[in-house]
Amino acid sequence: MSSPKTLYDKIVDEHRILSFDESSEAGERLLLYIDRTVLNEYTSPQAFSGLRAAGRTPWRPAASLGVVDHVNSTNPDPGAGALDDGARRQIEYLSENGRDFGIEIFDLFDPRQGIEHVVMPELGMVLPGMVIAAGDSHSTTYGAFGVVGFGIGTSDIEHLLATQTLVYRRLKTMRVAVDGRLAPGVTAKDLIMEVIRRIGADGAAGHAVEFAGTAIEALGVEARMTICNMAVECGARVALMAPDDKVIDYIAGCPRAPSAELLAQARTEWSSLRSDSGARFDKEIALDAGEVPPMVSWGTSPDQSLAITQSVPDPEDIPAARRADAVRALAYMGLAPNTPLQDIAIDRAFIGSCTNARLSDLRDAAEILKGRKVAPGVRAMISPGSSNVRRAAEAEGIDRIFIDAGFEWRRSGCSLCLAMNDDSLAPGERCASSTNRNFEGRQGIGGRTHLMSPAMVAAAAVTGKLVDVRSLAAAGAL
Amino acid sequence: MERFLRVTGPVAAMPGANIDTDVIMPKAYLKGIDRSGLSIGLFHDLRFDEAGTARGDFILNRPDMAGTRFLLVGPNFGCGSSREHAVWGMLQYGIRGIIGSSYGAIFADNAANNGLLLLSLPVEEVAALAAVLEDGAGQMAIDLEAQRIEVNGHAADFDIDPAVRRALMLGLDRIGETMTHAESIRAFEKAYLARKPWLIAGQE
Repeated sequence: MSSPKTLYDKIVDEHRILSFDESSEAGERLLLYIDRTVLNEYTSPQAFSGLRAAGRTPWRPAASLGVVDHVNSTNPDPGAGALDDGARRQIEYLSENGRDFGIEIFDLFDPRQGIEHVVMPELGMVLPGMVIAAGDSHSTTYGAFGVVGFGIGTSDIEHLLATQTLVYRRLKTMRVAVDGRLAPGVTAKDLIMEVIRRIGADGAAGHAVEFAGTAIEALGVEARMTICNMAVECGARVALMAPDDKVIDYIAGCPRAPSAELLAQARTEWSSLRSDSGARFDKEIALDAGEVPPMVSWGTSPDQSLAITQSVPDPEDIPAARRADAVRALAYMGLAPNTPLQDIAIDRAFIGSCTNARLSDLRDAAEILKGRKVAPGVRAMISPGSSNVRRAAEAEGIDRIFIDAGFEWRRSGCSLCLAMNDDSLAPGERCASSTNRNFEGRQGIGGRTHLMSPAMVAAAAVTGKLVDVRSLAAAGAL
Repeated sequence: MERFLRVTGPVAAMPGANIDTDVIMPKAYLKGIDRSGLSIGLFHDLRFDEAGTARGDFILNRPDMAGTRFLLVGPNFGCGSSREHAVWGMLQYGIRGIIGSSYGAIFADNAANNGLLLLSLPVEEVAALAAVLEDGAGQMAIDLEAQRIEVNGHAADFDIDPAVRRALMLGLDRIGETMTHAESIRAFEKAYLARKPWLIAGQE
């Protein structure tokens, strides 16, 4: 009997073509087979140019899908959105590369267009046990399906396209055990923000992080994606969860799911996709989901966050090693120490991104917005995670709730999460945002981002300030 | 890529934690389809104000920092977005090496793939190097063959991933190297996909 293995090591072993140095202390270096990738218009162009210059072609074109998401306008009127020359060239080049190399592309106006990490799972292209590497850091999202998913740069995209492999260094492993149950009004977003706050922006650096425990098992698949997605913000290179029946049911309902017969065959193998009992992790932490509050970020790094009921920290109370960063963050954010977080007024509200723009996120926000109006002076936008999510929400009438409340019902894309398009904050504008990064300038030069759950964004939008969503919800509504 | 053997030049300290790739290469410089024109984008919004005027208080704008070759940085440098433009911009600006305690993982891979040397030293050693700088600056030499770093007369040995060191010193064609294993990849793939028919059903 071999020694107990982690889920991460099982998947890596299954994809190991050859080992370069099995016993290395830094972690085995190996040639790793990659099942699938998704390409976007802004990190892939130089990879294709590299292939062209070297006279190479993709190893297995059907293993790749291209999607336009980062630079496109999400203006509701498809003809009105601003597209600069660079963006237009990137979109055209993605299509050209698809044509020349036989790779499927979802172009700007394709009915399946959307944010890459929303599109891949909803199509049924993310299957347990896979390794998916892609040119975007939030590729950790796929971990919700029991997939080793990770972000890579453009040179590695080129390597992957040419060889269907990556030269890979095996990671250390970490388990985050979350038992108990999330309280009403508290979401997967709050849970992962609390993990990031506790361990820091580099707390999982160099590790593949497996999330386990009863609180994780109780979550729906979309909520699990939120956690795995944002795990990269504490340095996790890979986030993982053991796939269960919820995952398999989710896949079975997707347009490109394997046939029922093949799914039945796969199910047997997928049931072994869990860490063996007694498997050793290099690092372990545990937390009680019941103690997680609704969270909001106050600074310019995702670990600079607190419970909404607390106040902006006083740098005097912050450990010396982090004090200068806190002072700088507060200056950038225009916040005074000890201000109650719920006294902070906002200018903008945004629901979107690969973290929190799936149908369940929209439903959560709509629940708060029903019968309410966006506060005067606040501009509120929602960009559904994919064109498919947008249509599904419209079929449920959710679009009306957003529009009646005063939200702009926009088309799908990365939008204001990173402002590589015509959605951005003006200098000094303060935004309640369901996205993943509060970095300086992330949403526009001088823009100020407060990260939170979609329901918390909705609550902030209607009150005009950061607010505890639990104070708005009618009894029993959460 | 340019080989890294021994490089000397000015070093500038940027000690903040979690300096992310959005700050290193802001979004305005991500709209190309080639790798060129990124030197101006490096730390753009720290280097220049909204009117495009150089900010005098930013270290790389100081007259004594012309020709900076190295950055001495805080923990988790290069976290965040996968954009390789951050590394391309560093090299185009003239930065050849970064010295810190930890890095964003994707940034570190991108650096290795492009010949930008990242040294990961214990926090105390980074502090010791920072301590010999004057006003955040100094003259540095890094000898990758000898695995030795010198700054303002203070010298230390360092460890580095042997595979990364070899690639930096030789300037390897990574895809070409992997393609020497093409037969192994083909054989693996055939057996793997045959074992898991659900992976490619209906797709190819």
